[in-house]
Amino acid sequence: MLIFSITLFVLATVLGYELISKVPALLHTPLMSGANAISGITLVGAVLAAGSGESGISTILGLFAVIFATINVVGGFMVTRRMLKMFKKGTK
Amino acid sequence: MDQVIQVSYLLASVSFILGLKYLSSPETASRGMLLSQGGMFIAVVGTLLNHGVVSYGLIMSGVLIGAALGALMATKVKMTDMPQMVALLNGFGGLASALVGGAEFFRSQANLTAYPMVTISLTILIGMVTLTGSLIAFFKLQELMSGTPVVFPLQHGINALLFFSTLVMIGYLAFTPAATPVFWALVGVASLLGILVVIPIGGGDMPVVISLLNSYSGMAAAASGFILNNNVLIISGSLVGSAGIILSQLMCKAMNRSLTNVLFGGFGQVEAASAPSAPAPAGEAEAKPATPEPQPEVRSGTPQEAADFFKKAKTVIIVPGYGMAVAQAQHTVKDLAERLQKQGTEVRYAIHPVAGRMPGHMNVLLAEANVPYDLLIDMDEINDDFEDTDVSLVIGANDVVNPAADTDPKSPIYGMPILHVDRSKLVMVLKRSMKPGFAGIENELFFKPNTMMVFGDAKGTIEKMAEALK
Repeated sequence: MLIFSITLFVLATVLGYELISKVPALLHTPLMSGANAISGITLVGAVLAAGSGESGISTILGLFAVIFATINVVGGFMVTRRMLKMFKKGTK
Repeated sequence: MDQVIQVSYLLASVSFILGLKYLSSPETASRGMLLSQGGMFIAVVGTLLNHGVVSYGLIMSGVLIGAALGALMATKVKMTDMPQMVALLNGFGGLASALVGGAEFFRSQANLTAYPMVTISLTILIGMVTLTGSLIAFFKLQELMSGTPVVFPLQHGINALLFFSTLVMIGYLAFTPAATPVFWALVGVASLLGILVVIPIGGGDMPVVISLLNSYSGMAAAASGFILNNNVLIISGSLVGSAGIILSQLMCKAMNRSLTNVLFGGFGQVEAASAPSAPAPAGEAEAKPATPEPQPEVRSGTPQEAADFFKKAKTVIIVPGYGMAVAQAQHTVKDLAERLQKQGTEVRYAIHPVAGRMPGHMNVLLAEANVPYDLLIDMDEINDDFEDTDVSLVIGANDVVNPAADTDPKSPIYGMPILHVDRSKLVMVLKRSMKPGFAGIENELFFKPNTMMVFGDAKGTIEKMAEALK
């Protein structure tokens, strides 16, 4: 199981490196906020932690994880699209 | 049902990969983000189908609170404040992953084996460092805290010791997960480490720090994926991790520093090396063997005089820096550029990779002011064109146009690639005063015969220039 996870980790890192090298400097700020939104995928882990139905500290931590991960997802995607809308080509 | 969940994760992973791919062009970027957004939704819905997930009410309330706060931040933030916003989001991402690690720790503390315990500890370490480091970056950018580096003796030794102690704690916890106090100590030391790593870093170095913390927030998510054996977390976390690494590398290259130099606290050394030169008397800095002329003179002009030069100019390159963001001058700059274009002058913008406080900062500000993005030219592409340029207009940029980076091996910024504005026929530098930039170094550009200083608030000065061009 561990080796499978490591394989995924390495492959995704290499793929990410290739993809992101092609992003022009023009879009580096939206790239950061967009990447930020994507790292909000930790929301999946947060939902698993908060939703277990148990009571106690782990559910409370899970609830806060859900809140902060959602801020990341919603805030990240919204601000990225708000920025991208501003980039316009010259009319020539 | 389990397979449905896995398929949702696969779809989400693909949507993120495509989303990043579409960011390679401003024409497809928006579509890509929309796709990634859909992927995120599918992954979350898929997770809700998990039979272990029962408290829907609790989750929904968490999602609603988070969504409201996130939407509020995203719609209210000013474009000039984008570096702070990204810093804060990085921090929240790190915190969310650390909280997932903490929840998993307390849920299964009784039967944790070494492997999951190590993954939990690593998630806590990376997550908390990301959180507190990002908060310090946020405080510095928001000017709730001084942007000047905070340095004290033995700083690197203390940081190394703290880092080593986290490794010891992680090792100890791996075999004794019942030791809850050690777990909390790990949380505490990791938080302290994040603070200590970022406080010695000055405002102008923020682009590297923010990129690096961006990478950490992704790695924290990937680490939490190792805890939960969750593929989509590992894949997305690593994608973001490499995004941050690439940006940090680019920023380092643009400042002529190595990434290892950054990772192992090289900033402190650089600051220490440049600090003594900062308070050195200005006269001494001028007495360089290369320039033996007596008392270089500064030529300064009024906005009206500047406008006279603009009237004659066929080609103009505008070089924006952090000062433009501080003065909120991007819209005024665009007005001036429009006046120039109306009289038939070609106007372009030269963007240095580390201009501003985060990667791409200047591009976003000018895009906000409706400057078409095809006029925003990267340093490498425009650097050869300065020779044939009538007027270069430097707005609130300093170190990125300092010729000492090319000519003076003793300068702390020696070797840093710069925009060669000094090669154009006339350089106009808009500045509040003769105060040096963040690196505390004199800029010989200000004393060159083809340089004209226009002192004052950037926004007011540009307004007057545009007025005079009517």
